[in-house]
Amino acid sequence: MMEAALMIPCYIDVFYPQVGIATLELLERLGVDVVYPKEQTCCGQPMANSGCYQEAKATEEHCANVFGSFEYVVTPSGSCTHHIRNKFTAGADSPERQRLSKNTYDLIEFLHDVLKVREFPWATFEHKVALHTSCSAIRGLNMASMSERVHDAVFSKPKALLSGVPGIQFVDFDRVDECCGFGGTFSVTEEAVAAKMGYDKLAFMHKASPDCIVSSDMSCLMHLQGCARRQKQEIPFLHVAEILNGVSL
Amino acid sequence: MNPIDQAKNAEAFLADTTHEDRLDKLLWMMRMRRDAAARLVTEWEELRTLASEIKEHTLSNLAEYLEQFEANAKANGVIVHWATDAHEHNQIVYDILAENRIETLIKSKSMLTEECELRPFLERRNIRVTETDLGERIQQLDDQPPGHIVGPSIHKTTKDVATLFSQKYGSDPNNEDPAYLAGVMRDNTRPDILHATAGMTGANFVVAETGAIVVATNEGNADLSAHTPKLHICSAGIEKIIPTTESLAVFIRLLTRSATGDAITQYTSSFRGPRKGATMHVVLVDNGRSERLGMGRFWHSLKCIRCAACMNTCPVYRRSGGLSYGATYMGPIGIIVMPTFDVRKYSELPFASTLNGSCSNVCPVKIDIHEQIYGWREIMEAKGQIQVVKKAAMRVADKVLSSPELYQVSTTALSTTLDLLPHFAIYNRLNAWGKHRDVPEAALETFHQWYKNHRLKANEVLGL
Repeated sequence: MMEAALMIPCYIDVFYPQVGIATLELLERLGVDVVYPKEQTCCGQPMANSGCYQEAKATEEHCANVFGSFEYVVTPSGSCTHHIRNKFTAGADSPERQRLSKNTYDLIEFLHDVLKVREFPWATFEHKVALHTSCSAIRGLNMASMSERVHDAVFSKPKALLSGVPGIQFVDFDRVDECCGFGGTFSVTEEAVAAKMGYDKLAFMHKASPDCIVSSDMSCLMHLQGCARRQKQEIPFLHVAEILNGVSL
Repeated sequence: MNPIDQAKNAEAFLADTTHEDRLDKLLWMMRMRRDAAARLVTEWEELRTLASEIKEHTLSNLAEYLEQFEANAKANGVIVHWATDAHEHNQIVYDILAENRIETLIKSKSMLTEECELRPFLERRNIRVTETDLGERIQQLDDQPPGHIVGPSIHKTTKDVATLFSQKYGSDPNNEDPAYLAGVMRDNTRPDILHATAGMTGANFVVAETGAIVVATNEGNADLSAHTPKLHICSAGIEKIIPTTESLAVFIRLLTRSATGDAITQYTSSFRGPRKGATMHVVLVDNGRSERLGMGRFWHSLKCIRCAACMNTCPVYRRSGGLSYGATYMGPIGIIVMPTFDVRKYSELPFASTLNGSCSNVCPVKIDIHEQIYGWREIMEAKGQIQVVKKAAMRVADKVLSSPELYQVSTTALSTTLDLLPHFAIYNRLNAWGKHRDVPEAALETFHQWYKNHRLKANEVLGL
């Protein structure tokens, strides 16, 4: 039986525990022996992303110590995965750090590339989905084709997985891979621009009349949901893991 | 001097929804036009790689190519000058003009002369300068710097221009027809062009092999500026050099497609030497470029060919407007170039980005723009340019997030939704999140608590 450590990002832990639960249950359904290291906190991205490398050091080192011994570390966040795989240099270099950078997978990648699962027979989802994929996932992890690279083949790993859920439909909307405006601390330091980007993203989606807004990055959804609620839009927001695990609206 | 507050400037720009909405749509259309043009060139990605390699090669052998250019330009009858910095550049241009007793100068658009603040320098010395590029002239009349490096007045509506021209030229304030407005500009500027005794251009490319300078415009105004008077002065940054005419072809194919989606500009002119009876000067300007070339992580920004594709695709730029950056170069490329001029003044610019990476993908010379923006954030920390409050909040965050015990206390003990926003998210503008967005509601139990309650055996719970 394959063993994998489950990394739950701090904002999912606090705001969206249901996403953590869905991720855990989904991995278990697929026969993975999931270990949840209880000492875990955060990957250090909020500080490093702000230029505060010194202030990210202890957190990154802690993260490497907690997860550094696992062959697979899975997290339902493209943005944390991108940080750990590509930007994890604030802490001291160590075998643990190197192993963690190499062995961390976004949940989508783990399902799509490692387990190579395409069918989710326990789930059905008879709804129209507006799928948003984060910039970290697209341009940092190559989880979907990039609109700027006009000669590349079009693909999307989250869409490929969701397509294995009977009943699901996708709506097309304008500027599909334009940033939603979250951007980590950007969402606060540049709140006016961030919010406008969020409003614009919602408006493009709204035109396509989806039943719900779905992403494999909860941080984008936290921002978009905040924008939507302020505009009195009651549309549901779901993580891909929830749908793959069989959630109903 | 306080750092430029891009966020505050952007907020002011956003408050005027008409201008913001128009700029966003217009520039996104440019991005779509760029995509369509790139789609028609099968070898687009190979061209980008080639262009990047040519630039890296040339920059790695910069002295050699510059000397080759100088020798060839001199042989063509061009007078070549070298300027270490902006002041020296301005002084050289002024001295040439003074020597020839020139009082009026026409010039085509040049970001380098903006960078050097040439126009005010000359105007203080009683030289009348007329910009001949429509957008640049609009900005000159409005006493505003360019808001975009390809379309200087792209943030203005035709109504803005009609109002401005009516004030400056007495034209009809209610006629917003672009053709009419272009006619007003032409009628008022053409006499200056016809009577000017000196003309100035910038340079898109400087060709070492032939000693030629190449200028691309859509209005033909560089040609007018260079050919009408008997004296032509060209200012060029030393990074504009490329080895050969053959390599020029690679850049010409990329430049306009990246900028506007057109295959080529209306005019692509090569100036190789003075006309009979005329004089031609080229001023090669360093102004910090050599220093940047020595910056291990950031020298790649010197590859830039000033197409503005990064601005057009940038979701932050489109919603902030170019003037919000308070800088000669704005948008993603501006963020990584401006701090090399003044680290304190431009210390906030690297934070005006979501690091989404679209800019790097459209860059025709493959500058890793968003990676450099990330790198500049780290430099701002190292140089002590990050706000004290922000640093303090990050220090608290690190303390909490590196300790499982403190983390558990802070994620389970907080009760109000506002307090529950992670510390990193509320550090400088209290509740900035909540200004335009609802704050997420904290769950009744964290994932950690749920796991403890549902998944652990009694003997394991104690330790969690």
